[in-house]
Amino acid sequence: MDANVPRTTPRKSHTFDDYTLSEIRRAATTGIYDIRGAGAKRKLPTFDDLLFLGASISRYPLEGYREKCGTNVMLGSRFAKKPIEIKIPITIAGMSFGSLSAQAKEALGRGATIAGTSTTTGDGGMTVEERGHSHILVYQYLPSRYGMNPDDLRKADAIEVVVGQGAKPGGGGMLLGQKISDRVAQMRCLPKGIDQRSACRHPDWTGPDDLEIKIHELREITDWEKPIYVKVGGARPYYDTALAVKSGADVVVVDGMQGGTAATQEVFIEHVGQPTLACVRPAVQALQELGMHRKVQLIISGGIKSGADVAKALALGADAVSIGTAALVALGDNDLALEAEYQALGTTAGAYDDWHEGRDPAGITTQDPELARRLDPVLAGRRLSNYLKVMTLEAQTIARACGKSHVHNLEPEDLVALTVEAAAMAQVPLAGTNWIPGKNGNS
Amino acid sequence: MIEFDLDKDGVSALNQRLHSLPKDTNERSWRVKNPMGQHAIACGLTLPLIIEIEGHVGFYCGGMNKEADIIINGHAGPGVAENMMSGSVRVRGNASQSAGATGNGGLLVIEGDASSRCGISMKGIDIVVGGSVGHMSAFMAQRGNLVVCGDAGEALGDSIYEARLYVRGKVESLGADCIEKEMGDEHRKELGLLLERAAFKARPEDFRRYGSARKLYNFNVDHADQY
Repeated sequence: MDANVPRTTPRKSHTFDDYTLSEIRRAATTGIYDIRGAGAKRKLPTFDDLLFLGASISRYPLEGYREKCGTNVMLGSRFAKKPIEIKIPITIAGMSFGSLSAQAKEALGRGATIAGTSTTTGDGGMTVEERGHSHILVYQYLPSRYGMNPDDLRKADAIEVVVGQGAKPGGGGMLLGQKISDRVAQMRCLPKGIDQRSACRHPDWTGPDDLEIKIHELREITDWEKPIYVKVGGARPYYDTALAVKSGADVVVVDGMQGGTAATQEVFIEHVGQPTLACVRPAVQALQELGMHRKVQLIISGGIKSGADVAKALALGADAVSIGTAALVALGDNDLALEAEYQALGTTAGAYDDWHEGRDPAGITTQDPELARRLDPVLAGRRLSNYLKVMTLEAQTIARACGKSHVHNLEPEDLVALTVEAAAMAQVPLAGTNWIPGKNGNS
Repeated sequence: MIEFDLDKDGVSALNQRLHSLPKDTNERSWRVKNPMGQHAIACGLTLPLIIEIEGHVGFYCGGMNKEADIIINGHAGPGVAENMMSGSVRVRGNASQSAGATGNGGLLVIEGDASSRCGISMKGIDIVVGGSVGHMSAFMAQRGNLVVCGDAGEALGDSIYEARLYVRGKVESLGADCIEKEMGDEHRKELGLLLERAAFKARPEDFRRYGSARKLYNFNVDHADQY
């Protein structure tokens, strides 16, 4: 062709973008779906699409740092003889020993304890380190029942029956052979080095009627002392919340699709479930219709990253939030200081999500003793507590600006949305209008 | 023997009384009357008590049992002896689904039949069934022994790990990664002891053994059709 003839700029397909092409090549080479950790990475409507209005003539603010703005939360007051009180409206989500190192679990316990909140076990049982360093520990009751025993059940401060999680509603846990060390294998009663796939469904109950009986059994075993949470993935938040309440839950945890996981299929993370923002109002609506709002507490999780997110979730009606991925980042996950090591693993700081491979240079998502030793639980715990305190201060800053003496006094009327999608999901007006999609006589 | 009437005092009162017994208690032998299919009877026990229940029980009787010996003179609902740690549970009648689910230890004896998912995700418990078991029994069974003196339903031992299965009768079908295995002297001896503990008069020679082919332990694209 004549070199003087103008040519169009080479154009890549929007459909077959670089990532898609790389995934096709990877699948063709390996014959296995892509597995990774963390939560949804696609662009989703989030709490960032909401704004607080702040004070005005009709609403006067509270003095920052001077006037009291409460942050404490009571959890489990519906049925439990011993409800728990956390000082801040942020808890640490369930993450297993196995997916995380013992040092990381200890750090989570230390950080949560300093900040006055709870941490949660995971799909692998309760470790001595975790119990010992967690003032308030929630013990997860999962389909696999790995490490489940009545002694640890009684040592727990609350029990969380896990029905699903946001990263994979309808899917079970996954822990690949690289991370099944002797200790993990012993705790889970499994052969060392196998690719362990947890059950997705509880082995001895199905449906809400059975769940009610299961919760009753757990209460009987623990003499009705422990608060019982029910955790669901953000699939059908209205119905799941209503059914959890019907089943006798003290607390409902709704985990949106940005919620992380130690490992599962990429296709599951990115294509199943609903954004966290879309889960809050249906869950709150279910509680309100049942007359149980603030009686059964609602914890929202999935991509919570700042005090602004905390304040927005509470304003929409949640009692508390839970963090997982953000807590790991606070410990040191994906730290820029480790960039050279991430590069050696074929990734970069901020994108590392091959948590299932057990080669985490930060010593967090690994069972390699050498790598795990890199994480100082005391220092990492302090970092987490700092982060939790900052988030709380941020939420208080917003609450005071809105004239609230407790973060629970934030309300949907304090919010507007930047996008039509966020307005519809959060059921607050689009900024500059009084229009709530689906409300105000509009459809 | 102490008698406790569930019709009069209820399940919670029984459980809390049993939980509050001191280790050196003399109140070791209990008869529980009028269970009437109620749920969570005698669950979470931690002492070597003897509990005899006179009638049918609902869900999760003997759940998470440690050390106690529980006898159910009737049928049992779903999840009998679920997550048992030690001790024993004996069902004189039939058991519903998920009997012995996730059990870590102890002995569960079902003199009649057990429904589906008997021994699901078992983690060290020994289960001996006098009759037959339903479909998906020993699903994801990790450790322990399941002995079936009758027949087994569809997909026995699907996705099984290291549990050992012994069946005297017909197996409708085997689940993914479950295969028949050679019955050696050590297996006949082990089975004989299990039958003896269960007080069943069956001959180990009449049983076949099943267990994991271990082909699904690590992902292999050539076995993808079994996932």
